Formats: sequence, structure tokens, C-alpha cells
Amino acid sequence: MESASIIQIQHLSKRFGGGSEEVHALTDIDLDIRQGEIFGIIGLSGAGKSTLVRCMNLLERPTSGKVVVDGRDMTALSERELRLQRRKITMIFQSFNLLMQRTCLKNVCFPMEIAGVPKAQAKSRGRELLDLVGLGDKANAYPSQLSGGQKQRVAVARALATDPKVLLCDEATSALDPTTTASILELLKELNTKLGVTVVVITHQMSVIEAICSRVAILDGGRVAELGPVQDIFSNPTTDAARRLVYPGGVSISQYPPSTRAVRISFNGGTAYQPLIASVAIECGVKLNILGADTRNVGGKALGTMLLGLPEDPGDAARALSYIRAQPNVSVEEVEYHE
Amino acid sequence: MSEIFTPAFWGEYGGILAEGLLDTLIMVAVSTLFAYLIGLPMGVISVLTQPHGIRPHRAVNAILGWIINIGRSFPFAILMVALFPFTKLVMGTRLGLRGAILPLVVASAPFVARMVETSLSEVDAGVIEAARSMGASTFQTVWKVYLPEAMPSLILGGSITLIAIVGYTAIAGMVGAGGLGDLAIRYGHQRHVPSVMWVTVVILIILVQVVQSVFSRLSVRIDKRLK
Repeated sequence: MESASIIQIQHLSKRFGGGSEEVHALTDIDLDIRQGEIFGIIGLSGAGKSTLVRCMNLLERPTSGKVVVDGRDMTALSERELRLQRRKITMIFQSFNLLMQRTCLKNVCFPMEIAGVPKAQAKSRGRELLDLVGLGDKANAYPSQLSGGQKQRVAVARALATDPKVLLCDEATSALDPTTTASILELLKELNTKLGVTVVVITHQMSVIEAICSRVAILDGGRVAELGPVQDIFSNPTTDAARRLVYPGGVSISQYPPSTRAVRISFNGGTAYQPLIASVAIECGVKLNILGADTRNVGGKALGTMLLGLPEDPGDAARALSYIRAQPNVSVEEVEYHE
Repeated sequence: MSEIFTPAFWGEYGGILAEGLLDTLIMVAVSTLFAYLIGLPMGVISVLTQPHGIRPHRAVNAILGWIINIGRSFPFAILMVALFPFTKLVMGTRLGLRGAILPLVVASAPFVARMVETSLSEVDAGVIEAARSMGASTFQTVWKVYLPEAMPSLILGGSITLIAIVGYTAIAGMVGAGGLGDLAIRYGHQRHVPSVMWVTVVILIILVQVVQSVFSRLSVRIDKRLK
């Protein structure tokens, strides 16, 4: 069963500047993020991810379109109402953005302080939250005494202080090493399960999406290029933007001369990888050229793609293609060279 | 010059030197207080109304910028003279401590404003954004984020302001304000007792050194980024 939506974005556009210098950061974005899911937004730098996430809590005001968070249209709220609503949709950042002159506990208490929560109550809640993120012993330490991963944990605790419905993560692991990244992602997943908080993850790293997201939107040039369950998008990216992200190694036909005739085959999560190329060579007597390949493991299923150069002889090519098409769990798509 | 080290010298001039020092300290303290009362809000508003500030406002920002620049470009001696009629009107006199404090405040408030502006601009924009994302109002952002996060820098700025005002008081002394500058002029220049002038110079040097080292230490001590 699908759960109710928590963030609805409708026909959202954002332009910066004006006149000849106008920049279309986002164009006609439609998204529906559901309660309790971990939703990923991925794109290369400049794709508009950061702007999009800031349109969700209205740190950036959309030029047009609607942003509905938990049933309320953010764009229609007064300044004061907006500040109250922001307590429901909090944020963590790539650079942590902790108050450097405050202890960890006081950082966590900060959102409660501005919300007018009595001091003693805020303090005990702050301690609980620090325990929750595994930093109960750092209450009186200052951020400068912590490692990057610990700082992000404090930031997570701080973001949870007002019991938000949504936690926005803006490149929250991009400044961290792989091990720390994994532990922060684990924490987010745990909090999502334990507290039911919806998590929106903005990143340029496919691995982050793979690790925790259930659905993903691929952002390219300020538009949603693809949207769907992570596994679908990864196993069969249909747009160039998606392919660039899923296979950053550049398994792309455009590297090869115009005469190259090639097919992209995708392994859609079969039990095992068949020795396909060898089979084609033996069964059809056709030698295929592997132009590129990339495989990944998504949700326990083996997925991958291969770009194969077809032989020049049309007969050989046709035989090889029909053989591959007959295999289970493999899809074939002919790719053409575009100028 | 060796008479400086004789009891006779201090017997004759000790009293007026102490009085001059006291006058200088009073002028510096009172003017600094009022300069911050005016300059601090000016600096804060200037940062908030910048194009990328949290309350962008082009007109207010431009007008503040002009006021601060005009105030800062007036040489203090000229400002003081130009303000004579106004000082007389407001303070009742243009002489003595009372007469000096008004021009000192007028000259140093823009200085303070610029100093505050620089300190607040050093606060990481990400931290300000984080505060806004949590629903902080403008006042809360200033009071709970900008000012505390910039405090070490504000304190250093305070020492620079204090020292600048000490310098201004010496100039104020030339036009009848009292204080050490006044002593240096009257005795050193008009009465040909250069030793009094040299003593005032030494006192001023010590004053500046003390202010600088106390504030520098304080700034480091409270800065939690260095722990």
C-alpha cells in the first residue's frame, strides 16, 4: 500500500537574476514524496539539487509552482507561519553548520530554544537526542573537538530536536570519508525506521542512493529526467543523464567512431551472470567487442550493463542480437552514434 | 629630560598628569559606550540588508553605507570643528569633556559600524542558513547566532576601536577637550615643558599596550574554535 504524501511539489520553477542574465535553475518540477520513505535526489553539480531542496523549506522562494509540506502550501504562508512550519522540515548540511561557540548539547538545544521550549525540558531532550546518535558522552564538547562524522551526528540530533516529519539531507555525507559516510547513512536509515521520519537525500553519489533510498529522482539541467524505484532506474537507465550518473565510468557510445554499431545490454537482476559473450562466440561464432561494462549490486540483486560493439558483417550482427535477445533477464537496446 | 625621574617633577606635575589620564579614560569609556550603542545596530543592519543578507534591502543598505563612509572619511580634527555649533547646541558647551564626547561619538560610531559589519560577515553563511532552516526569526538569528558566533572577532574589533578613540582624544585635546592630549599641547608646546609631553606619550603607549593585550587574550580565551 502506498502511504500518504508528505511533500508535494507541483510545477515548480525557479529562476535567478533577470533579463539576459536570467538563469533557469529549476523548470517545471513535479515530485510526490511519501510519508516514511527515503527519497533520493541525484544530479551532477549544477543540476539544481541544492536549489530544489531549499525550495522545499522555502529557504529559496520558488518563482512559480507549489510546495505542499504536510498538507500546507509553503508558498502561501506568512513569514511567521513559515518559521513554525520549518520546524517540521529540518535540514542537515554538507558542512554541518554547527554553532562553533556552543557545546554539542547547546547546539542540539538551539532549535528548541528558538521554539520557546523551557530550558530544563530542552536540556533533557537534547541529552536523549545525543544518546540516540551515539554521542551521549560529548554533550559538553565543542564542535571543533569533534571529527567530521561526529559533527554530522550532532547536526542530525539538532535537526531532530523539533520532532520533524521530514529530514532534508543536503550532500550530508559528501565531506566525509567512505567509512564515516556508511555510518551516517546507517544512522539515517535507523532513524527513518525508528522514528518514521521521512528522509530526503540530496547527493551526487550513486552509492549513497543505493545504500538507503527506496525511490530516486534524477535531476538534469533543472528538470526531473527520471523518477522511480531505485532498482528500476539503476537496472535500466533510459536517459543520458541517468546513464552518466549510473555508469560514471562513461560506458558511452559517443567515445567511439561514428561507424560503430553497438548495443547496450542490461542484466536485470538474474540469478547469476551468464557467460554471455563466450556463449555468443561459441553458439553463433560471432566475436563481440566489449566497449565498456559496469555492474552493481542493488538491493541484493545483480544488475549491470554492457556496451557491445557489433561486428561489421550485418548477418553476424543480426545472429548475435537475436541470440542475446533470447536470453532471460537480459534486455537489449541498440545505440546509435549521435553527432 | 632627566628631571622626569626626580620627586620634584612628580610633585609639580603628578597631579595634573593623573587628572589628565582620568579625563582621557572617561572620554574613551563614555564615547566607546555611545559609539557602540549607535554603531553596533548600524553594523548589524548593514549586514542584514546586504543583497545576500537575511533581510536584503537595497535602499537601507546603500544609505547606511553612505553614512558610514562619510563619517569615516572626515578627518577627526575637521569633524570636531565642523560640529562646534551642533555640539554647543546639544551639550551646552564645546569645551572640556562634555564638548569632546559628542564629536568622539560621531566620529567613532561609523568606525564601530564598519568593524561590526566585518566581524559579522566572517560568520559562516551556512550557519546562518541552518538557523533560518530551523525557523529562527531575524532577531533570534542576530542575538543567538551572529553576535555569539562573531564574539571573538567583535572583541578584537573593540580593541581597535578603543585605541582609535584614544588617538582621537589626543586630537580633541588640541581644541580644549582636556585629557592627556591637552596636557601634551599646553605643557609640551605652549609652555616649553617637553618632559610633560613625553610622559603623556609614554602613558598613552602603555594604555594602548594594555588595551591591546587584554582584549587579544580575552578574544582567544572565549573562542571555542581554538579548543
